[in-house]
Amino acid sequence: MSATNTIRIIGHRAINAIWRIGMASRFFVYTLLYSGSSFRRFHLTIKELFSTGVMSLIIIIVAGLFVGMVLGLQGYETLKRYGSESALGTMVALSLVRELGPVVAALLFASRAGSAMTAEIGLMKATEQISAMEMMAVNPIARIVAPRFWAGVISMPLLAAMFSAVGVFGGYLVGVVQIGVDEGSFWSQMQSAVDFRDDILNGVIKSFVFGIVVTMIALFEGYDAPPTAEGVSGATTRTVVTSSLAILMLDFVLTAIMFRGN
Amino acid sequence: MERTTLDLWVGMFVVAGIAALVMLAMKVGNLGTYNVSDAYQVQAYFTNIGGLKTKASIKSAGVVVGRVTGITLDTERYEAKVEMSLDRRYQFPKDTFANILTSGLLGEQYIGLMPGGDSEMLKNGAVIKKTQSAVVLEDLIGKFIYNKAEEPAR
Repeated sequence: MSATNTIRIIGHRAINAIWRIGMASRFFVYTLLYSGSSFRRFHLTIKELFSTGVMSLIIIIVAGLFVGMVLGLQGYETLKRYGSESALGTMVALSLVRELGPVVAALLFASRAGSAMTAEIGLMKATEQISAMEMMAVNPIARIVAPRFWAGVISMPLLAAMFSAVGVFGGYLVGVVQIGVDEGSFWSQMQSAVDFRDDILNGVIKSFVFGIVVTMIALFEGYDAPPTAEGVSGATTRTVVTSSLAILMLDFVLTAIMFRGN
Repeated sequence: MERTTLDLWVGMFVVAGIAALVMLAMKVGNLGTYNVSDAYQVQAYFTNIGGLKTKASIKSAGVVVGRVTGITLDTERYEAKVEMSLDRRYQFPKDTFANILTSGLLGEQYIGLMPGGDSEMLKNGAVIKKTQSAVVLEDLIGKFIYNKAEEPAR
């Protein structure tokens, strides 16, 4: 009896998950369809850009600086064994531009801005603001969801670029200023190894994809949250967990597509 | 529409993001350093290219004059065909010598061009006849051991 029950629970969960994926896809399509107003009334998007992008600046810059500094320190320790300290710039820049910039910035973005988005929309739903909008014939997806979506998609690549730039500077601070790696070889080896299209542009594409995925997960979780205090808190947790996992898995897939090792 | 402080912040955010991208492209990446704007194509055949890769630099007297654009195996000659794109500002005589060299002991491989004395210049699509393949360390060691073995025992 309990065996059939277990199977039933597993089946129920699986069907539920598929149901939610379908709903999320429909939600995504609606967001794209109704996103015209977020450009016609751009001040809505600008307001969201402020709360997602500008407010995430400090955490992104501080985190980028420290990640770059750690990379400089660790990279120096490792490269010293092979007598190739001059490749420090290459190592710091490539790991930041290709991987750490997009991924860590997206993880920070998910926990800083994504969770806030979910909580905000979930609370709007719990306090019946969304139902009130529907009653006034205002489309809540066009008015609430789409501007947030575009704000997230626009700010994510910019934040990742800032993260990488600040990180390279952090690596420079530790490597060149503190440890004393030759400044000329630090920059010139970096420049000869980092390709604009293969490395930088692929990093930007990555962060763009992460921006879409993270904001979409955050918005859907908020919109789909049970309208209770418990439901909103659960949805916020799910946003951070799901989008972090999605970022890391997608990163592997994107890396496999982009850098197949030619 | 009125201007608000919010717009200022968002504008600063966007400008900072784009500045970071430009800084990455120019200072970290290779966009600011070298790109062949006006180029001509030259080919060369090597018996062994070692670890040469596409986009490797082509240097003459240490100055970067172009990039490797393609490496294929010519199945008629069973030799590696290397396509190069050279900057039109730099013209080389027809009997230029192409070597595959290594920067440092374990560094990247690149093609070094040694200009000859011919009065005619390499044209677009020309083939560099005189080439020297990459030095393969295993071969060198093998030769060394072989020569040692040939020496009469003392």
